Amino acid sequence: MSLYTLLGALEIGLIFSLVALGVYISFRLLRFPDLTVDGSFPLGGAVAATMIAAGHDPFTATIAATLAGAIAGLITGWLNVSLKIMDLLASILMMIALYSINLRIMGKPNVPLITEPTVFNLLQPEALADYVFRPLLLVFVVLAVKLALDGFFATQSGLAIRATGSNARMARAQGVNTGMAILAGMALSNALVGLAGALFAQTQGGADISMGVGTIVIGLAAVIVGESLLPSRKLYLATIAVIVGAIVYRFFIALALNSDFIGLQAQDLNLVTAVLVTVALVVPRLRAHWSGKRVS
Amino acid sequence: MLKATDLRLTFNPGTPIETQALRGMSLEIPTGQFVTVIGSNGAGKSTFLNAVSGEQKVDSGTIEIDGIDMTRQPVWGRARHVARVFQDPLAGTCEDLTIEENMALAKMRGERRGFSFAVKPALREEFRAQIATLGLGLENRLSDRIGLLSGGQRQAVSLLMAALQPSRLLLLDEHTAALDPRTAAFVLELTVRIVAEHKLTTMMVTHSMRQALDVGQRTVMLHQGRVVLDVSGKEREGLDVHHLLDMFEKVRGEKIDDDALLLG
Repeated sequence: MSLYTLLGALEIGLIFSLVALGVYISFRLLRFPDLTVDGSFPLGGAVAATMIAAGHDPFTATIAATLAGAIAGLITGWLNVSLKIMDLLASILMMIALYSINLRIMGKPNVPLITEPTVFNLLQPEALADYVFRPLLLVFVVLAVKLALDGFFATQSGLAIRATGSNARMARAQGVNTGMAILAGMALSNALVGLAGALFAQTQGGADISMGVGTIVIGLAAVIVGESLLPSRKLYLATIAVIVGAIVYRFFIALALNSDFIGLQAQDLNLVTAVLVTVALVVPRLRAHWSGKRVS
Repeated sequence: MLKATDLRLTFNPGTPIETQALRGMSLEIPTGQFVTVIGSNGAGKSTFLNAVSGEQKVDSGTIEIDGIDMTRQPVWGRARHVARVFQDPLAGTCEDLTIEENMALAKMRGERRGFSFAVKPALREEFRAQIATLGLGLENRLSDRIGLLSGGQRQAVSLLMAALQPSRLLLLDEHTAALDPRTAAFVLELTVRIVAEHKLTTMMVTHSMRQALDVGQRTVMLHQGRVVLDVSGKEREGLDVHHLLDMFEKVRGEKIDDDALLLG
């Protein structure tokens, strides 16, 4: 594997670690099985690419994409909290609705960004090659997001969201408006996914209507791989684990697809993902089995 | 002061399994009084407690706390005035959060939650001092997940949490029923101490007639969704479990066996 593919894998891994952090918030902290991400990821890409192509500033476009993701999460939460639609179903409804909305935003199945400015080439110093600078900038973005999340979930409001996911009845008895907590958590989760979509579109040369397919699987894979590598209930370790999981996952994918002796090709991506997640799910059990402990 | 007036609630109305859980239930608890509530299975004690906490909406009637109408308030809206300890020791705390995070959550019960850190050093010291009074050695485990504690320890912490923030009413829902006898005695003793210390207006639902007479200043017996017996003061002091049973039979005009009450 060349340095170029390695840095490419790191770059995509870092972008998907934002997705993974979002998925961690919905699936783990709120215990809300949220498939909206399959729609909010391309939503972020669509909003950012369309705005940049229309001549807007890439930073404004990226912020707008993040907000769009937050709104998508809010609507999913609202369907669940106010209209009492089952969580999984509410997110599926939002996911398919977003497919049409994304086509409307882009006006066509894809919006290329070839010569347009992006947050990456605007910030890039002369001395660094683009494929080196992109992962470098992303490291800072991901770290900043991680630290902000750690801080937020240690505040009174953040604690209320975690309590809602852990024990909603108790949270209500402590005066937490659990409906609002779900809305806030879902907005935050999908905002991160929207941001990831915006960054993905700007590194991959544009947005495409099919770029969201399987986002939730990748996000969950990252969370599961991370948790089996670094099992911890402490939040600041869990967020590290999730980020590491996303990067490790991308490395394995790159390794599998770039190793000629295995003979795998790009179309085997989803199969490799399934195998990898299976391994990540089984390893903790085996580890517990070998150390003689029982797992529930 | 709690003032519940003519509460009525029917489950599954118009179906073969229709149950009239509350049939004109009224109860007034003056400020500072500790009331114990007993009754057999299906007498409506849990339904009444849930109605007061807001978990169960009533069909009609009103619930006032210190003159504020709470009847239409959601659970989280009442939390400012009502503290609660659940029957299930696992229900009153968040197992994924640490001991101090659980306490921080309770410290802000009913308050606006902002963006300052939930557990600040000063608050941690306050929690440490509070939890040391339990004598369970938990003061050095504040950053442990509360899920690691035993049911009895979690129930003791729940009680402490209920008193971290002033309340106008403390609801105890058979909070010793799921514990072994020794732990139950410890938690009950702690209850009496905390209620006295903070002069809390308290309603304790219990499955045990012994417990109902031993603690508090007044005992109320429910049957078929309303109050059938209400004893306090001198009359209550001389009472024993069998007196209570006799009085119950007299009031209801029917015989009831002890087990039904004890197990209820």
